[in-house]
Amino acid sequence: MSTPEKEPLLSAKNLKLLTSPVGKNNPITVQVLGICSALAVTVKLKPALVMALSVTIVVAVSNVVISALRSRIPDRIRIIVQLVVIATLVIIVDQVLKAYAFDVSKQLSVFVGLIITNCILMGRLEAFAMSNSPWKSFLDGLGNGAGYGLILIVVGFFRELLGSGTVMGYPVIQKLGLYSAGYENNGMMILPPMALILVGLIIWVQRSRDKSLIENK
Amino acid sequence: MENLLNIFIKSIFIDNMIFAYFLGMCSYLAVSKTVRTSVGLGIAVTFVLLITVPVNYLIDTYLLKKGALSWLGASFADLDLSFLSFMIFIAVIAAMVQIVEMVIEKFSPALYNSLGIFLPLIAVNCAILGASLFMQEREYHGIAEVTSFALGSGIGWFLAIVGLAAIREKLRYSNVPAPLRGLGITFILVGLMAIAFMGLMGIKL
Repeated sequence: MSTPEKEPLLSAKNLKLLTSPVGKNNPITVQVLGICSALAVTVKLKPALVMALSVTIVVAVSNVVISALRSRIPDRIRIIVQLVVIATLVIIVDQVLKAYAFDVSKQLSVFVGLIITNCILMGRLEAFAMSNSPWKSFLDGLGNGAGYGLILIVVGFFRELLGSGTVMGYPVIQKLGLYSAGYENNGMMILPPMALILVGLIIWVQRSRDKSLIENK
Repeated sequence: MENLLNIFIKSIFIDNMIFAYFLGMCSYLAVSKTVRTSVGLGIAVTFVLLITVPVNYLIDTYLLKKGALSWLGASFADLDLSFLSFMIFIAVIAAMVQIVEMVIEKFSPALYNSLGIFLPLIAVNCAILGASLFMQEREYHGIAEVTSFALGSGIGWFLAIVGLAAIREKLRYSNVPAPLRGLGITFILVGLMAIAFMGLMGIKL
């Protein structure tokens, strides 16, 4: 709010809004937001990509809308206003998916609707959009969407590759001829528990590289 | 009756909200540090589920579904309002949570204080909205089936959070590698618990 009007659109400070959620301030592994949907849609890479894209769009747009309205929203009813904005956007995303990507929309099933209760949305709206200008909120939304998407894509990639031996439906393992060499898919990867363990491992790797993120006992 | 019991057992152990669908993960991870608070949150979630899912079922059947408005007259028989269901469901849930909060505050201030901020947060707990959306997707027949599904899901969530809290209380005395401390080990723990729960798959009554 205190920044002068003439600040360039992509100043270093604004750029940081965009990049920090991808790494150091990742919504999933550091802020612990939006885990519910992150794990359930990552059996295959394609739904994970679609989900990442949908969430990014909804976070960015709802951040802009709420940020533009922030001085007009009465404090007491802000939660319901935020929910209505989010729900409207999610309905649009859901209808678009049903129209243009029906099979993916079927695979995602209830998880498109669950974007409404994705904590990333409420978290970013409360923590950022309610006190910052629309352009900054937009960058923040994009950054957080990207950080969320990154984890989804990593988890989705490994689960699909190790679980079904494909990447985006392309049979990589079979083309490499590993099956004839005695390799078998790990059926465990397709099941829900491995998603949790994979995220745990990602957190482990991230925190070993960046010691400042380690929690105290 | 057998059918109801089957749905009930299935939603506790096999289609467990946490271990099979990861619903309500955010508060699950945040509140499971001590058994006391997790019991409180588990009860609150079960309670809210038990109210909101049947209410949403009635709204869905008599207002939103395709042809649901036929009781208004023949000209309404073709209307399909199901695209509105996200909005209506979340509004019902938010209103119900508000009411539950006021009731608890009035009749049990001790429970109200111990639940603290978590009560309003139930409104955005994915488990609640998720249960309503599953109810819509799986097409249960009749309010009895829906209620037993809601109760089963709530109890499943309750068991999962109390179990994790109990393990985390013990974990405080063990020497976890520094980068895994806190969040990392919790994720792996939940994963292992989910593997254990998978042993129950295929139970049928």
